[in-house]
Amino acid sequence: MTSIEQHKGQETAFGVNAKGYYGKFGGAYIPEMLYPNVEELQQNYLQIISQPDFQEEFQDLLKNYVGRPTPLYFANRLSEKYKTNIYLKREDLCHTGAHKVNNTIGQILLAKRLGKHKIVAETGAGQHGVATATVCALMGLECIVYMGEIDIQRQAPNVARMKMLGAEVRPASSGSKTLKDATNEALRHWINNPVDTHYIIGSVVGPHPYPDMVARFQSVISEEIRSQLFEKTGKENPDYVIACVGGGSNAAGAFYHFLDEPDVKLIAAEAGGHGIHSGMSAATTFLGKPGVLHGSKSILMQTEDGQVVEPHSISAGLDYPGIGPLHAHLWDSGRAKFYAITDDESIEAGFELTKLEGIIPAIESAHALSVLKYLNAGANETVVVNLSGRGDKDLATYMKYL
Amino acid sequence: MNRITKLFQTRLHNVLNLYFTAGYPKLADTMPILEALQEAGADIAEIGMPYSDPVADGETIQQSNQIALDNGMSLKVLFEQLAGMRSKVQIPVILMGYINPVLQFGIENFCQKCQEVGVDGLILPDLPMDEYYEEYKPVFDKYGLLNIFLITPQTTAARIRRIDEISDGFIYMVSSASVTGKTSGISDEMEAYFNRVNAMNLKNPRLIGFGIKDHATFTKASEYAAGAIIGSQFIRVLQSASDIRADVVEYIKSVKIG
Repeated sequence: MTSIEQHKGQETAFGVNAKGYYGKFGGAYIPEMLYPNVEELQQNYLQIISQPDFQEEFQDLLKNYVGRPTPLYFANRLSEKYKTNIYLKREDLCHTGAHKVNNTIGQILLAKRLGKHKIVAETGAGQHGVATATVCALMGLECIVYMGEIDIQRQAPNVARMKMLGAEVRPASSGSKTLKDATNEALRHWINNPVDTHYIIGSVVGPHPYPDMVARFQSVISEEIRSQLFEKTGKENPDYVIACVGGGSNAAGAFYHFLDEPDVKLIAAEAGGHGIHSGMSAATTFLGKPGVLHGSKSILMQTEDGQVVEPHSISAGLDYPGIGPLHAHLWDSGRAKFYAITDDESIEAGFELTKLEGIIPAIESAHALSVLKYLNAGANETVVVNLSGRGDKDLATYMKYL
Repeated sequence: MNRITKLFQTRLHNVLNLYFTAGYPKLADTMPILEALQEAGADIAEIGMPYSDPVADGETIQQSNQIALDNGMSLKVLFEQLAGMRSKVQIPVILMGYINPVLQFGIENFCQKCQEVGVDGLILPDLPMDEYYEEYKPVFDKYGLLNIFLITPQTTAARIRRIDEISDGFIYMVSSASVTGKTSGISDEMEAYFNRVNAMNLKNPRLIGFGIKDHATFTKASEYAAGAIIGSQFIRVLQSASDIRADVVEYIKSVKIG
């Protein structure tokens, strides 16, 4: 039985309600121009993704194209260092190099069933852009990816990959020229092309049903963690699950099956940038307050006047002034604990994993690893870190610190 | 009586609504533009409350929003600028903007300020209809503010009916699927959509927006609705204006008379 079927229609404390809210957060704050598209998704997504032929195709691609299940690897030397039992969920081994592809496969299968033949997407680090360009190549659909001008410069390898995969990469040159602005441009593109285009959002953000839909497609991560951990240790649940949060899709996927297991401590690592009081940060729960951006109510970094603040993170994938509404609810309710990890701490953690385990993590994922030093997990406890992506794209940044 | 309601009681043709961004091109330009609009014979003034992330707007209005913010515009400054407005300006005034700055200002506080300075209506494109009806309408009503909804060629008949039912004032008929400033002219497809909506016999008059820029497009749009809204093109006029008053008057004249 798949995760999606197990959770279908199940109302839990942390599930989305019929109006698209997680507690106080969520909803669909969209201009009328987007209403028909979003309404179409709201009406159809659960029914489509629970159909047997959809599930068959989705599971087949996850297994044979993405390479799932990804290993749950016991990190021996890292565990010795932190005197606990650390498992790495190896999403970095997914085809295209990060967890993002789990969602893009799900959404492109959905887009096809909705009769859409063009795809638009936003990207920050370029991982979601690559994952979208990849599935568009696979399915023969036209693909346009908006990417902030600054991100185009700092993530050149991913820009090249998208182009080779046949996607058109369009620079977002407004505002901070990063992920937030790429998302604005993708939304505008969708407004201008409402009939033939599906917007594949890359994170658990956006108007309902996107946060729930993306979380469901990513929930394969926690589903696998659970069965793999049981197989290896006989334990039903880990004591901790740690993941980085920009918008929060890998965290949503890693937390999903543990949301209603209060014994499992959920830990989110946000990008502290130069430090939360430096004015150069993307630590949303530390610096934000409730607000509306990109179609949903969540926690948002903003001025007193409600203008969205331009965030900073060394990691393009975490350089976003909000978090998904599920995460806002996890924070608000105290279900998850949030850490702000600085740029320097993340780089240090990236080098540490490389030296101890021979794995170069994405700088995004290195933020999650960096929490280990604050955790003080016990010798008998089990910690799962979601290694959301690989660090190939970040080599130029890492080299500056070598 | 609300000035929008009053306007449409006597006029159901060639109503001209001009959008401009508060605090653009210069911070202190808001009131001079408003006064020039009245002098030039504009029927409704729609003042944009600038926002960092205006997703329904194209490049022209986005840039005007950013410049206005850089100039120091905020809701607090805007209400200060509009404080003596009603001693000089009698035409209906609408505030248009995105929901987040309004939420941070506080809904009740915002509506109260609107009433104090003499605002007649609001256009908040990312405020969901159901949420408006359940949570905001009582507050808007309390302060005499009309909420203006948008409809597009993709809006279903059932939804148009629902919007008509809960609206007072007028309905903003977006001419085509696009952000602002993208379209130009009126196509056969748009005409079919305007005719389809007209045949519904709605209680609210409609103003057509998006793609209206000059006498020809204004006249054409006015054949299918009570009038039209000009936004991006007016921002372009303001951008290159050397004398705000004279240039606004000249532009409005060119739109109305040709």
